[in-house]
Amino acid sequence: MNIKSSIERFDVQAVNRDGSQKLFQPPKKIYPKRVEGLFRQLKWLIMTVTLAVYYLTPWLRWDRGDYAPDQAVLVDLANRRFYFFFIEIWPQEFFFVAGLLIMAGIGLFLLTSVWGRVWCGYACPQTVWVDLFLVVERFFEGDRNQRIKLDTAPWSFDKIQKKLSKHIVWLLIALATGGAWIFYFADAPTLARDFLSFQAPWVAYSTVFILTSTTYVLGGFMREQVCTYMCPWPRIQAAMLDEKSLVVTYNDFRGEPRTAHRKQALKDGQPIGDCIDCNKCVAVCPMGIDIRDGQQMECITCALCIDACDSVMDKIGKPRGLVSYATLEEYDKAKAGTPVENHVPILFRPRTLLYSAIWCLIGLSMVLVLATRSRLDVNVLHDRNPLAVQLKDGSVRNGYTVKILNMEPKPHKALFTMKGFENAKMRIENLGSQTFTSGQEIELELAPDQLRVLKIYVTVPAQFLPKSDLDFQFEAKIPQTNDSHVTDTRFHLKKR
Amino acid sequence: MTDIKKVDEVSGTTTTGHEWDGIYELDTPMPRWWLWTMYGTIIWGVIYMVLYPAVPLLDDNTKGTLGYSSRAEVAQSIADAAKAQSGLRSKLEAASLQEIKADPQMLSFAKAGGKAAFKVNCVQCHGSGAEGAKGNPNLNDDDWLWGGSLEDIHETIKHGIRFEQDDDTRISDMPAFGRDEMLTEEQVDDVAAFVLSLSDTSAQKTETGAKLYADNCSSCHGDKGQGNRELGAPALNDQIWLYGGDKASVVQSIHSSRAGVMPAWAHRLDKLTIKQLAIYVHALGGGE
Repeated sequence: MNIKSSIERFDVQAVNRDGSQKLFQPPKKIYPKRVEGLFRQLKWLIMTVTLAVYYLTPWLRWDRGDYAPDQAVLVDLANRRFYFFFIEIWPQEFFFVAGLLIMAGIGLFLLTSVWGRVWCGYACPQTVWVDLFLVVERFFEGDRNQRIKLDTAPWSFDKIQKKLSKHIVWLLIALATGGAWIFYFADAPTLARDFLSFQAPWVAYSTVFILTSTTYVLGGFMREQVCTYMCPWPRIQAAMLDEKSLVVTYNDFRGEPRTAHRKQALKDGQPIGDCIDCNKCVAVCPMGIDIRDGQQMECITCALCIDACDSVMDKIGKPRGLVSYATLEEYDKAKAGTPVENHVPILFRPRTLLYSAIWCLIGLSMVLVLATRSRLDVNVLHDRNPLAVQLKDGSVRNGYTVKILNMEPKPHKALFTMKGFENAKMRIENLGSQTFTSGQEIELELAPDQLRVLKIYVTVPAQFLPKSDLDFQFEAKIPQTNDSHVTDTRFHLKKR
Repeated sequence: MTDIKKVDEVSGTTTTGHEWDGIYELDTPMPRWWLWTMYGTIIWGVIYMVLYPAVPLLDDNTKGTLGYSSRAEVAQSIADAAKAQSGLRSKLEAASLQEIKADPQMLSFAKAGGKAAFKVNCVQCHGSGAEGAKGNPNLNDDDWLWGGSLEDIHETIKHGIRFEQDDDTRISDMPAFGRDEMLTEEQVDDVAAFVLSLSDTSAQKTETGAKLYADNCSSCHGDKGQGNRELGAPALNDQIWLYGGDKASVVQSIHSSRAGVMPAWAHRLDKLTIKQLAIYVHALGGGE
């Protein structure tokens, strides 16, 4: 054995060899440039509408009579009621909300499979509020170049003044955002008065504080980091997209080879594409990416780069659409020389039809349930311990707790009956020692939007005892509204 | 496997050196705010450890500068609840049982309080639903040994039955007719048959049984077996048998007697709790 072969050589190098390895990376600040165009117009419109809906909804009124609040949209956690215009739901009807959430989810799938990430680009609160914060930023600090200059400039009175004003307005917007949230949970005018006079419950203040902080931090500082690192949707939506989904596309077959020195290139006889490499599409991007690199996870498809590029194409006298909304399929066709103008066919394919069908099915069934739901309900709880009580004279008694729910915000007179139980006697503890027989109607006052609890004893004399446990019913009806409800229950002979 | 760090051509990022079938793991740096968030949680953790009980020691733990304790918080909640109830409690203390029964607010408060006290003190014998067991009366039914009015129930809870430590306890002693040789085995058998016939007309009975009953039993249990609440003598003509309604059980009752004991609660529970218990038991469905 010689020395050479006894020494093992290791295939390894120092981790800091290239001197550039970073474990953590500071975010590069993005200075989105203002841009004008069709999609910017659309974004302004959607921003105005969504913000208006959010801030103004709690202030809408809706008359529900004397026994229910007159706020159009109210989540009354204390009294466990949810009001939405003409709809009032009780906690046990929460499936309506669950159904709406499922519809929202499937709606999002549908939109994504047809128009790509339109939710991200236009309607997501993160996008809307960042847009709003950018408006403020531009107002005080100017557009992209001025902001870059300001940030690199040394601190001066002017810089402090601009930065301070921006942050104050941001905080005010954040406060208004957090503030609007709480109005959905209590009578808005009353709460506003209490809030300003420091009379509101602490939970209102803490909610406002938390939402103010998150709005300020997410809208002012985190911005695109939220979309890239915090939000799960960009990762999930890849599964929703296919070759027929609209995405913002750079038509490289038309743009490349890009050059900023067109005259020189022409003179040299080199081929040139339509892209003049002005980088405007990068400058306007709120995510700070270059759409010419192709589809990227960061792209929220806000289409501001389309507006930017279109304005440049107009200036240099080239047709619009170097950057455009297109499906992968359309891109391939256009590349092959047969551009597609019409987006309609993408609406009809198995995937979208399935999403639409599920969406409609849930929607229609909820509408059906809503339209036919009864605002009167009878819940029967049989005493379980003991199930049955043997009395002195050999008769057997069962106890029931019956809850009659009047879910309308109006007082009602109801008729309550025990049905299908010959020879049994019913005593209602709340009404004294009087006994009632099967089929005998008892008039009850029902308070508006409340449940009435009755403790009921049903006794069967020894000589009439059935051979086995027996089913019978309790019924409540409101003659005035023709509403009625029957609930089955059981009479037990043995105590367990 | 060879670990070679290299710069990935597409992304321009260094790889970690791990490679599986030609697939390399990118060593993409995390965003720096993520790091700050971690530092933030560490700072939060340190502050929390200083302010709140946190570090376990050998026989204790650090207390934290805020002096927080979940036990104290519970005690505070209980004190707050007691304070919130104090108005109603004193109202109930001043009211008579009948007044409480007539007032819906007091009634529901007393029933709730009685239910809680029942679950702690009474369920061991009477069962969690007051359904009773052999020798321990069912409190849901309409059969009462010592009376089923509010006042009677209250008295029974307060002083107990055959509870010697209480001077006001109610006592009744049924003789052990067989064991003490007051009746012979055949006589006990005859009486038992007659007793069963009081509630069941189809049962067989003898003249001697009837005579023996009239001589030995009727003074307490009544000539028709209707019982006597003053003496705590159970009715024998109904369908409820505390110790079983079959012949053997009745024979045993006559032979050896029965004498269940209920403790007096006046020594252990406050007056209001006893009142609430009486209200609760009375409202179980059999109250008179």
